[in-house]
Amino acid sequence: MVIIWRSALHHLVIKDLSAHYGTVQVLDSINLEIARGEVVGLMGPSGSGKSSILRVLTGLTPLSAGSVSLNGEVINYSSAESVRNMRERSAIVFQQYNLFQNMTALENVTIAPVKIRNRDPEEVEAEARALLSKVGLTDQISRYPDQLSGGQQQRVAIARALALKPEILLLDEITAALDPELVSDVLDTIRALASEGMTMIIVSHEMGFMREVSHRIAFMAQGNIIECGKAEQIFNSPREARTREFVSKILKH
Amino acid sequence: MMAQLIQEAPRFFTYYNLLFLAQAVGTTIALSAIGCLFGLLFGCLISVVRLTEKPWLAPLRWIALLFTEFFRRVPFLVTLMLIFFVFQLSGANLPLFVVASLSVTLIASAFLAEIIRAGLLSIHRNQWDAATAMNFGLIQTIRFVVLPQAWKMILPPAFGFFVMFIKDTALASQIGVIELTFAGKVLNNKGFSAILVFGTILILYFAVSYPLSRYGHYLEKRLAPSRH
Repeated sequence: MVIIWRSALHHLVIKDLSAHYGTVQVLDSINLEIARGEVVGLMGPSGSGKSSILRVLTGLTPLSAGSVSLNGEVINYSSAESVRNMRERSAIVFQQYNLFQNMTALENVTIAPVKIRNRDPEEVEAEARALLSKVGLTDQISRYPDQLSGGQQQRVAIARALALKPEILLLDEITAALDPELVSDVLDTIRALASEGMTMIIVSHEMGFMREVSHRIAFMAQGNIIECGKAEQIFNSPREARTREFVSKILKH
Repeated sequence: MMAQLIQEAPRFFTYYNLLFLAQAVGTTIALSAIGCLFGLLFGCLISVVRLTEKPWLAPLRWIALLFTEFFRRVPFLVTLMLIFFVFQLSGANLPLFVVASLSVTLIASAFLAEIIRAGLLSIHRNQWDAATAMNFGLIQTIRFVVLPQAWKMILPPAFGFFVMFIKDTALASQIGVIELTFAGKVLNNKGFSAILVFGTILILYFAVSYPLSRYGHYLEKRLAPSRH
């Protein structure tokens, strides 16, 4: 009973998670519990481990200690099946978009559902077209990534992630490369997803957006979560000196 | 000299000599084709094996590594002799053509494996990451994402290798396979002038390898189109 109750409460539980790139420790005993439908923002200086958390969650970077549980079940990152299960329930949008260069925007969105999940191609394509127009791309769907602007590629990447119908969406600096006028488009999409109850972990420097969309913000430095709390609290009355320093710097400009 | 060649030509380009040369060209083409096609097949296999990461495939990875490093370093002629004498000692009475085919396949597999592996690895890590995060397996990642982008990097050196390889099959003459170079020697020994004989052989080599390079360029354009 206890387990069921916990899983209903916590969608994703990260416990004492550590990770290394070679001899460099990038994550140092991270603890984070994320409820279903919660949006958690990760904030902090470059190299603080924000992106590494997302990479470890999807199994792209191996963890060296600790555990991650999804819906109350511990993910075994050395089991291919367990990792595959995690990847079926989550989707990541990379900072560099990582669109497949040999495919059009539309193909980028449809490839995984059709070829990996063996879904009906026509149904997937209809969904993909709808998703692409939802992110404001209707005329560019048969263009290749190198024929699209950074902002357009970013939105294709978001559509590609959404086509996987994830329970958990991991967003890595998705507004970093966008034109200011496009930022609001992308943020509208994310806001809509948040209101639909999608669980999300967002790495961003876009403080206004973070403040508005995140239920909680975790401030990270040197592979640690220094402080975690409601956006208002982190921005207005940070408890830790490091957080205060960082927040005051980014709020200045 | 020209007059001498023109005078000799009718005696040289007889039906039987032309038939003999045609058969020799056939053998050269067959050896090259076998080497290139099987080399491509095994080369692909070996390069994929070397890209696997599963711990239990480690022995296979070692074999693949050893194979490529070994056969890329040993001169073709030595491999050929080795295979030839191994079969002779074991008493297996294989036709010379089969021995030569086996040797060219070994060599081509090793070289093409390395060309293909280098091509696959040249594709940016973020393409592999994106595919992996969406549950693509290694083979699916290579097939749908990496190979279509890697052609651009693989085709030019691969076709450069094919063209070089056609010339290298001449070494099979050393164990007595009657390919183009061997045929040249035979005709020269029959008393035809070296210039006429080897001039003809040269033109025939060119006639075989030039269309191949053209085909390479065509494939590059088709498989790796530039959008700019």
